[in-house]
Amino acid sequence: MGNREEMIARIEAMAGRMRRNVLDMALAAGASSSHFGGGLSIIEITATLFGEVMNYDRDKPEWSERDRFILSKGHGCVGYYTALLEAGFITKEDLLTFEKTGSDLIGHPVMNRAKAIEFSNGSLGMGLSLGIGVALAAKRRKSDHKVYVVMGDGECNEGSVWEAAMAAPNFKLDNVVAILDRNKFQQTGSNMEIMSVGDLADKWRSFGWKVVEVDGHDVGELYDAFTNEGVSEQPLAIVAHTIKGKGFSFSENNNDWHHHVLSKTQYDAALEELNNSLAG
Amino acid sequence: MKINAASMKMWSRIGSRATFGLAALEIAKEHENLMVMTADTSTSAGLDRYRKTYPEKFLDVGIAEQNMMGIAAGFASEGLDVFTATFGPFQTMRCCEQIKVNLGYMGHKVCMVGLASGIVLGTLGYSHCCIEDVSVMRSIPGITVISPADSGETVKATLAALKHPESIYIRLTGGMGNPIVYKDDYEFEIGKAIELREGNDVTLIAAGTMVYESLEAAKLLEEENISASVVNMHTIKPIDVEAIERACRNTKCIVTVEEHNVVGGLGSAVAEYKATIPGAPPQMLLGLPDKFGKSGEYRDLLEQYELTAPQIAKRVLGRLKELT
Repeated sequence: MGNREEMIARIEAMAGRMRRNVLDMALAAGASSSHFGGGLSIIEITATLFGEVMNYDRDKPEWSERDRFILSKGHGCVGYYTALLEAGFITKEDLLTFEKTGSDLIGHPVMNRAKAIEFSNGSLGMGLSLGIGVALAAKRRKSDHKVYVVMGDGECNEGSVWEAAMAAPNFKLDNVVAILDRNKFQQTGSNMEIMSVGDLADKWRSFGWKVVEVDGHDVGELYDAFTNEGVSEQPLAIVAHTIKGKGFSFSENNNDWHHHVLSKTQYDAALEELNNSLAG
Repeated sequence: MKINAASMKMWSRIGSRATFGLAALEIAKEHENLMVMTADTSTSAGLDRYRKTYPEKFLDVGIAEQNMMGIAAGFASEGLDVFTATFGPFQTMRCCEQIKVNLGYMGHKVCMVGLASGIVLGTLGYSHCCIEDVSVMRSIPGITVISPADSGETVKATLAALKHPESIYIRLTGGMGNPIVYKDDYEFEIGKAIELREGNDVTLIAAGTMVYESLEAAKLLEEENISASVVNMHTIKPIDVEAIERACRNTKCIVTVEEHNVVGGLGSAVAEYKATIPGAPPQMLLGLPDKFGKSGEYRDLLEQYELTAPQIAKRVLGRLKELT
């Protein structure tokens, strides 16, 4: 591994490729539409995890000591599948089957350990509980892998999130990292309009978590949050401030793009914008 | 575990819940991969001794059933053999979607134990009674549903669940002093009903506490010259279709008896298959009516809903008269 700047540049380039692949997936999905905005807000998070932070073996997807990744906000799967392509678990051909009949890559993750999809997700508020079970099992067999759970801020409307949030510190799970994608929107409006989740950092801290707040599109900040020495016997929550639809001017902070069809004209414009930003 | 007349008698005295706790204690002795979970219900599940003896094989998640089922699935995905135990309504309906997604859809295997299901907790009201669990659980693909006839069968079901390939819901009914159906050891196989009594007029197909009542009812029917077969349909899903076919071949009327809503339970499961048999005999569905009534003492409620042996016999007799 090179120095920090090189690592950051590498992950940023990876995130750029992932956004391009998100466009390809969204176009391939056609009229069946895709969860565009909430997938784009987590791109730097999944890029940093799969590109640098997490331990895994692409030739042995079920290696028992692998770090586990759980996309609790399963609708953000375009930000997950594109990372799996970068990590070498799936192919570009796989990616373009997105949401097609019989595909392994459906609009919410479907458990497929051979392709490094740990669990089926989609129904919100369930991922952290699964992660706690996995983390407790790891402690029991004295394995030191970590469990990364990406959750949405809208997802935090679900009561079950808070059952799990209460449990992890009680069980002293310093091998659990919850990443809260704080893009400030949910399906039909902003958090503020629909159901404010308030100060998420305060809430998670009061439940007993060590909490770090970062710019969720800043690879360096994310990397530091993931790798700084944690607190013994305390789980880590990273509140990642993000932009829903990040990367394209038409979709950033535009909740129409929560779940939307991408036209060929929009695709071409988005690709041009992406190429320009990467060139710049 | 020694299953004999003495143990059956003891387990019957302490009831199914405490018997489950004893079974778990026994399994933990030799089973390294075991994990037993409760939601602030360890005492209710007879697990006090277990909790103290095997703290590394026990987890209480507090009063949080949704989280319990998620953690249970996480454990299962890492190769542990997991039991969860809490009261029927909380074990099935409070966390129903977690069961669907984690156990059904993903196929993580967890053995769920629904304590004090049915109406045994009548004095606590219908929040704590559970007349819907069989219906709810059997509509989820990949979940086996068992309703043991007595405490001894609770042991059998618990041991069998451990070896079963898919998730399972064990519905415990009745209280302490559970009437004994099985006095001696016997062959128990998930999915295979047991004909406890032969007969050629009517077949009583029962599950849970109603197996004993049906056996007693059959004795009363005999006094009226009615020959009643009694089938212990301990596995409600997958239902034993051969047992239903036999009953349809051999008798003129099928009676299902359950301590559950008549909607969606054992009676429905039998009817769903029976409806595919040309010329099958009519069915009488005995169980709890599809409404929330006044609460009260267990035996009073059973009487109110005409689910005691003499009432069952009387109702069957009346129906048979109508049919002739």
